[in-house]
Amino acid sequence: MTAELLGQLTVLVLAAVIGFELISRVPSLLHTPLMSATNAIHGVVLVGAIVVLAGPGGTLAQVLGFIAVVLATVNVVGGFVVTGRMLEMFRARGPGRRR
Amino acid sequence: MDTFVTLAYLVAALLFILGIRRLREPATARQGNVIAAFGMLIAVVVTLFEADVLDLVEIGIAVAIGSVIGVVSARRVPMTSMPQFVAAFNGVGGGAVALIGVAEFYRLDQAGGHEGFVILLTIFLGILIGSISFAGSAVAFGKLEEIFLQGSVTFPGQALVNAGLFTAAVAASVNAMADGAAPFASAVVALVLALALGVLLVMPIGGADMPIVISLLNAFTGVAAASSGFVLSNDVLIIGGTLVGASGSILTYGMSNALGRPIGKIIFGAVGAAPSGPAAGDEEERPVTSVGADDVATALNYEADSVILVPGYGLAVAQAQTAMAELMAALEAKGKDVKFAIHPVAGRMPGHMNVLLAEAEVPHEKLLDLDDVNDEFQETDAVVIVGANDVVNPSARDGSDSPISGMPILNVDQAQRIVFVKRSLGPGFAGVDNPLFYDQDKTMMLFSDAKEGLENVVAAVKSS
Repeated sequence: MTAELLGQLTVLVLAAVIGFELISRVPSLLHTPLMSATNAIHGVVLVGAIVVLAGPGGTLAQVLGFIAVVLATVNVVGGFVVTGRMLEMFRARGPGRRR
Repeated sequence: MDTFVTLAYLVAALLFILGIRRLREPATARQGNVIAAFGMLIAVVVTLFEADVLDLVEIGIAVAIGSVIGVVSARRVPMTSMPQFVAAFNGVGGGAVALIGVAEFYRLDQAGGHEGFVILLTIFLGILIGSISFAGSAVAFGKLEEIFLQGSVTFPGQALVNAGLFTAAVAASVNAMADGAAPFASAVVALVLALALGVLLVMPIGGADMPIVISLLNAFTGVAAASSGFVLSNDVLIIGGTLVGASGSILTYGMSNALGRPIGKIIFGAVGAAPSGPAAGDEEERPVTSVGADDVATALNYEADSVILVPGYGLAVAQAQTAMAELMAALEAKGKDVKFAIHPVAGRMPGHMNVLLAEAEVPHEKLLDLDDVNDEFQETDAVVIVGANDVVNPSARDGSDSPISGMPILNVDQAQRIVFVKRSLGPGFAGVDNPLFYDQDKTMMLFSDAKEGLENVVAAVKSS
């Protein structure tokens, strides 16, 4: 096993632990926005899609990369905007403003 | 990869984590979303430094197209349709991972070189999981948006077909990885088979189980994204993907527990077990107290000082959240104490009901969750249940043979009076009859669409 792979495995395991810990105690009130926000975060594949599109390779790889960038951007942008809209619903009624 | 980019990725990963952390509390949740989005911006911008100018034009066009689609659709979606749009945004992410895998494999294949086993393995994990997530999310979207494949769609031998597809997809992947006959073609075959599998896996799942499936597919896409991080040796992909894979799994587990629906049963349950519902005929015969909106209003106005409203899936489907908020206002105007009881899986996703009621301007301190509200039913005069059934079904507490046995429920049966606003006596998606319906002394049944029924009750409460 190469040093790079070992490093990546370390990162994977630590990230998994953090992911579990972060979510285990969240009020159900926020489950939908949270799902939506994490959904936007896996849109980080956009970074991968850009690397593919910018990388070497034939036309087919470029075309696939292009489509991947479009899809991943929809994931990121749509995900964060929709989460923002959901959370906007909560903001309207802080402790200061009751109807 | 140079140091600057790696460090910037580290910052991005930290911002993801801090963002999720702030999303755990209503007060800081919006900040959390912005922080995570900012982390994403950093990750994307520094990646552009690695591209040359010609590529930047293509990237710019692709990002512009994606942004327009993303912003326009995210702005237009009504709050009630949120779950299917989360599914859609999830699906395209899965699709992107699958395409990255195919493109990378094509490049390797063209170069004629063998890459390490880990690279090949993660390429195909990305292709298979990403494709399943894409196709499964598309079906989930179609079902919830009521375009196609509504309800549970099954056919004989489906389990066998699924197993065959899975085996064939893995075989095609192994063939491509081992550089067997026509490796690239078999990678494409693997992708197509995985897409078909994604469709078949989600097809039999009914509408009410959809949130759990969407959450599961969200975790899938996270795992797929992490695997593409191994393909491209990119730590921010590994971290971002793994965070989502882990958090999505926990969320899925929590949801399926709250519903009393083990995840295996949801995925594989409908297939093979033909819908042999309980003989519906017998139960229709049992008498219930069917009432009109005026009767409900009278009971609430003159016999109740404290009222708990229980919104369910049916309320979300009928988009009756505003009508329920009006009922709250009308009752409060008469001096009643009104609260809402929110089951963890009320609505179409956990927390979805909170979003809907927030949209209808119900103060969120009035929304009580299961643990807080269950002690209060004993001292409550009336409970109004709209479009919910399984989550208030006392047979979950007893009767170990019941499919919903063990599922935590709202103890509405402890209140003095129970009002159901419901379209029919039909059981919920768990297919379990609710004994509360037939308690003629205590329970009033208002057979109506959730929205129309609530509006009529509001009018009657105001006028009497």
